[in-house]
Amino acid sequence: MGTHLQQETKNTSLGTALLELTDLTLRFAGQENDVVQGVNLRVSRGEVLCLVGESGCGKSVTSMALMGLLSKKNTQISSGFLSISEGGWELPSEELPAEMRGNTVSMIFQEPMTSLNPAFRIGDQIAEVVQRHRGGSREGALGHAKEMLGRVGIANPEQRLHEYPHQLSGGMRQRVMIAMALANDPKVLIADEPTTALDVTIQAQILELIRDLRDETGMGTVMITHDLGVVGEIADTVAVMYAGQVVEQGPVRDVFDDPQHPYTIGLMSAMPRMDRPGEQLAIVPGTVPTISQMPEGCRFRTRCAFAAETCVERPVLTELGGGHSVACQFAPLEDHVAVSS
Amino acid sequence: MYAYFARRVLIAIPTIILISIFVFALQKLLPGDPLLVLAGEERDPEVLEFLREKYRLNDPIPMQYLAWIGNALQGDLGISLRSNQPVTELMAEKLPVTIQLAVMSMIFAMVIGIPAGILSAVKKGTATDYVANVVALSGLSIPNFWLGIMLILLVSVKWQLLPASGYVPLSVDFGQSIHTMLMPSFVLGTALAATLMRHTRSSMLGVLSADYVRTARAKGLSERVVILKHSFRNALTPIVTLTALLFGELIAGAVLTEQIFTIPGFGKLVVDAVFNRDYAVVQGIVLVTAVGFIFMNLFADMMYFVLNPRLRGQ
Repeated sequence: MGTHLQQETKNTSLGTALLELTDLTLRFAGQENDVVQGVNLRVSRGEVLCLVGESGCGKSVTSMALMGLLSKKNTQISSGFLSISEGGWELPSEELPAEMRGNTVSMIFQEPMTSLNPAFRIGDQIAEVVQRHRGGSREGALGHAKEMLGRVGIANPEQRLHEYPHQLSGGMRQRVMIAMALANDPKVLIADEPTTALDVTIQAQILELIRDLRDETGMGTVMITHDLGVVGEIADTVAVMYAGQVVEQGPVRDVFDDPQHPYTIGLMSAMPRMDRPGEQLAIVPGTVPTISQMPEGCRFRTRCAFAAETCVERPVLTELGGGHSVACQFAPLEDHVAVSS
Repeated sequence: MYAYFARRVLIAIPTIILISIFVFALQKLLPGDPLLVLAGEERDPEVLEFLREKYRLNDPIPMQYLAWIGNALQGDLGISLRSNQPVTELMAEKLPVTIQLAVMSMIFAMVIGIPAGILSAVKKGTATDYVANVVALSGLSIPNFWLGIMLILLVSVKWQLLPASGYVPLSVDFGQSIHTMLMPSFVLGTALAATLMRHTRSSMLGVLSADYVRTARAKGLSERVVILKHSFRNALTPIVTLTALLFGELIAGAVLTEQIFTIPGFGKLVVDAVFNRDYAVVQGIVLVTAVGFIFMNLFADMMYFVLNPRLRGQ
């Protein structure tokens, strides 16, 4: 699998961006600090980009901002530019137009149990998004819905069309969500923790399905997750977020095998490894500061073993080579200290 | 699902029996003797005795009840002591009037209350929401009779736009009938509109933050479809239930409104019957109203199943 991923990475890192987000900064109304600060993301054709981080680090908010799903009343976007091949939008004042949501860019969510409308049949919910963006008859849209159900591996699609969400299991519902998201052949799929609410065997099936559909359609995928196992399973590239900032990003092998940001290093050593049983897991000391107590500059510095006075300056993501960038002034860390391997 | 309804209908039967006993007992407990009215000025003991015999008032009370309920089951609710007309006939005359008033009031209530509720939920915390809530609160606080009288003064007396009172049956002159009913049903409808608005608002607020509403937005649907289809459809269940129950309240509210606008409906019939100690009429009306109320409840339960697919399979 490793070679497959590396090949994939090589292919995609050369590709042109399908979706690019530049310098997204936003805060919730009434708060003094940004919950997302200067985030840049880029997805190419066929690429799976995993956005990783602990809960509350701003990864879901970032994805919602991409889709234009944040309430304008409760959020203030101070900067950010979203561009896809169809156009570009200044997020503080504009958002992804409704014509592109569910069409050019689609999204699936963490909670398959509640993300489908309980009052409508599965078939109608899929047909709705087809008709919304492609027009045509209801019969035609239902036919396409049936085809999509088959493609996401649902047996008896004809019968399932007429069923309600409560008649389906969680894994099935997530498949329906995927069928709905992919019904209009989107260029980019945003998946916000699509497997978190599912049990492990179903998780693997859903990830495999997303990977297969990616291979089939060449769509770019932004996968939000806190699960490093999922990242290892599916990602081509990874962006690690901490407290609203991207601290490290690059091809998944580079980031996993040679993490350069102190937070990523902590994260990697906190992950149990099958190849090193019995090993004591390291933990990142301290907790994420609350949004009102967020330190200036590098937000990790209050928990960082390498922190120095100069860390009050916000570090910029700097490329170390091969697309691997780190937002830490001490990177590459090898020069400063020997990191446990 | 069918078993559920069969059970609900079965439960309704003892409820109706209890209500009938209660209605009957209440009449017996009331002071005053209708026969004294009936027997005229002289109150001849012989006449009184004859009347007692005729109306079976010498029988033990349980026997009287059984006789009454037995007849009621056969569609005979007795004869009005006042007009000597069968009670059922009296009610058949008045019921359509009140039903017309109730339906028109409900239309007013829904047309005002539901959109206002949706709007104030969607615009929560804005001036629109605030204004809607203040209006709703005033709608609930202003007594029907005051609003009715003020409207008569303004609309009928001063502007001479609508008639102040009277009633034209629908079958006689449809337009005129609607015309005369407009003001009374508006008065009756406003209070209900306020209740409906408050419930619609809270029901919508619960739904608007649901995950499937976010999904609808992610599908690129217009705000109109997101709110009126995906959200409202799920907020509808409590609203429909409430509407069915409010119909019962309407009949009660109609009593006052019919008095103000002198509409010859059910409400006026019952008030007159109470004042005249016309027992048979009062009993009949209360029984029929109670049964109607129970049926509205059953209807509300049924709507639950229609609206909520999750319940249907069970």
